[in-house]
Amino acid sequence: MRLDRPTGVAPRLTIFGAFGAIFALGVATISLPLAAAADSTPAANAPANDGDKPYVVQNGRVDHHVFNGYRRYGDNCLRCHGPDGAGSSYAPALVDSLKHMTKEQFENTVINGRQDVNTANQNVMPAFGLNPDVVENLDDIYGYLKARSDGVLGRGRPKKIGDDDDN
Amino acid sequence: MKPTKRLFAWAVLMGSAAGILGAGAAFANDQLEKMSQDPKQWVMPAGDYANTRHTKLTQITTENAHKLHPVWTFSTGVLRGHEGGPLVVGDMMYVHTPFPNKVFALDLNHEGRIVWAYEPKQDPNVIPVMCCDTVNRGVAYGEGMIFLHQADTTLVALDAKTGKVAWSVKDDDPAKGATGTSAPLVVKDKVLVGVSGGEFGVQGHMTAYNIKDGSVAWRAYSEGPDDQILFDPDKTMAMGKPVGKDSSLKTWEGDQWKIGGGATWGWISYDPKLNLVYYGSGNPSTWNPSQRPGDNKWSMTVFARDADTGMAKWVYQMTPHDEWDYDGINEMILADTKVHGKETKALVHFDRNGFAYVLDRTNGELLEANKYDPAVNWATKVDLTTGRPEVVAEYSTDHNGPDHNTKGVCPAALGSKDEQPASYDPQTHMFYVPTNHVCMDYEPYKVTYTAGQPYVGATLSMFPPKGDTNLGNFIAYDVNDGKIAWSDHETFSVWSGALTTASGVAFYGTLDGELKAVDAKTGKLLYKFKTPSGIIGNVNAFEHNGKEYIAVLSGVGGWAGIGMAAGLTGDTDGLGAVGAYKSLSNYTQLGGVLTVFSVE
Repeated sequence: MRLDRPTGVAPRLTIFGAFGAIFALGVATISLPLAAAADSTPAANAPANDGDKPYVVQNGRVDHHVFNGYRRYGDNCLRCHGPDGAGSSYAPALVDSLKHMTKEQFENTVINGRQDVNTANQNVMPAFGLNPDVVENLDDIYGYLKARSDGVLGRGRPKKIGDDDDN
Repeated sequence: MKPTKRLFAWAVLMGSAAGILGAGAAFANDQLEKMSQDPKQWVMPAGDYANTRHTKLTQITTENAHKLHPVWTFSTGVLRGHEGGPLVVGDMMYVHTPFPNKVFALDLNHEGRIVWAYEPKQDPNVIPVMCCDTVNRGVAYGEGMIFLHQADTTLVALDAKTGKVAWSVKDDDPAKGATGTSAPLVVKDKVLVGVSGGEFGVQGHMTAYNIKDGSVAWRAYSEGPDDQILFDPDKTMAMGKPVGKDSSLKTWEGDQWKIGGGATWGWISYDPKLNLVYYGSGNPSTWNPSQRPGDNKWSMTVFARDADTGMAKWVYQMTPHDEWDYDGINEMILADTKVHGKETKALVHFDRNGFAYVLDRTNGELLEANKYDPAVNWATKVDLTTGRPEVVAEYSTDHNGPDHNTKGVCPAALGSKDEQPASYDPQTHMFYVPTNHVCMDYEPYKVTYTAGQPYVGATLSMFPPKGDTNLGNFIAYDVNDGKIAWSDHETFSVWSGALTTASGVAFYGTLDGELKAVDAKTGKLLYKFKTPSGIIGNVNAFEHNGKEYIAVLSGVGGWAGIGMAAGLTGDTDGLGAVGAYKSLSNYTQLGGVLTVFSVE
């Protein structure tokens, strides 16, 4: 499933608020980092149409959108959903959730929140619709999590395309 | 109100406090203090005002501890992380839960039959503004009432016999990210309560409510103008000198102190002879240090305040201008013990930042600050003259700046120890400390403040120190020579409050769910039992009908439920750990259960 394409020219649409819009016209460059193979089976889970990828990952390295998504995730989501989208004892692992959630559902949940409060559960996702750090970076957060969910990105801080290994 | 007016009012109040409050208040105080000295009961969160978590009961010994076994259990019906521990007052036990913050009064004469149960109605929107799970660290007792600090910051007084609400007061506003997780403490005719919300930019405060009706007696903020932080510029001391005017304001840029954090979500101690209450404040908001220049006083600070007026007698800031989220809220243990061979009225505090601080609790003099985990690397030492840590540039997230990933900082943000309280054994003169053994990469970046939304501004990865396979230790620490006497390795962080007994046994729980009894002299394991879930609660002791019991809540969650549930970064890297850091979910699942043990 490796689709080679020069990085840095991959067109990428980031239309916040246009729920339901066709998301990405670009062709993502994807390859499988060895580290990622350890905790998932990427090839089996990958959707057929690679052209719809909402992220750019190349040789295990990410573009600045995915990297930004990783950081904004750490800022607003990690406290509940755990490091790297891996879940916690009280919030679902988003690497699993995004295997079946659509982007529209994801956006709707982040913007408006969700409650599942009953005798067994007290799960409440807050509404982030008024948080500019989330709203303005939502496409990037989704892209990062989708890359994690698709298994093309391992755990930990992703390396950026073009950076040396020390940063 | 103008500062001058308020200061004047405080001066009047202080002047009259000794005379007016003295007589009536002293009685309640004496009664509760006396009850706390009765080892059959466990009437306050740490067992006593000094926060020693030590019992004088002696039935369970190093010889018979292997005969310990569970004698009864009680399910709370709540799944989230269960911190804190039960109180025992007379024949009744009081058990609390995380959100929805139920309280059960159990009859010890009938193996824990429920006498009454209380469940507040709370807006569930408070749940996601609680940093790191919906924990609650326990209830307080005083004047025939049980005091519950709810998630939504409501402090409610319940009749200890019936559970009927006597009064209820709202401490702060969850819509701004302020929440309630800490255990209150009853001191004289007041009940003291702190606030959580350092990750949401609250202005932290400690508040004393009058027991009789819930009216505010005093409120002391962690940062702000002198009249809000209850400082007397000439009399409040820091490192042996008066703090001077605007000691907090001068250390913040503009109005940043208004969203400056310094939450007060930890434990409170009290010295009846000095009439001082002690507690610590948490991280300055945000976690991005470059965004809030200055020392950010008085975040990360030990406060000693007059119990009647709230006025600060002395303060000590441990981590000026925090760059790693090393909250200073861990318990302050008041011990009369030898420090460098000299009998001292000490305050001993094992801070998140990895240093064990020993201060003279009468005046705040800093006597000792030593690392209690050899992995600690962010500072070489603490200068005992200035009180400041000597920060290592390589690990300074401020020095390295925003958008730079500062690597290999030890300890991680969860600290060498978090809220899980240590125990002091006056017989061995040792402190028994549950610790974390975790390091981190920390990358700060610019964030925007929005009321009620996370105000964090850093992302981090956590992993064990290089070459180690254990994420926690249970240690015995000697403040006389500032050394670790012994250290028991644990697979995961030890996130349970310790207990020591006058018969030489130390107890703690593990994240994978085991209650352990060890020899206090050597750390040798005497007994273990796997409870239904991971233990982040504190071990307590009581006696009923002539029998000594040990009680602990299990129910994994809290900060330990983050990352630990998913395993740490590096688990899959195959760096030679060979599965040692498998995720905690392979060992335990959720569910709150109280387990009570005895040897007979």
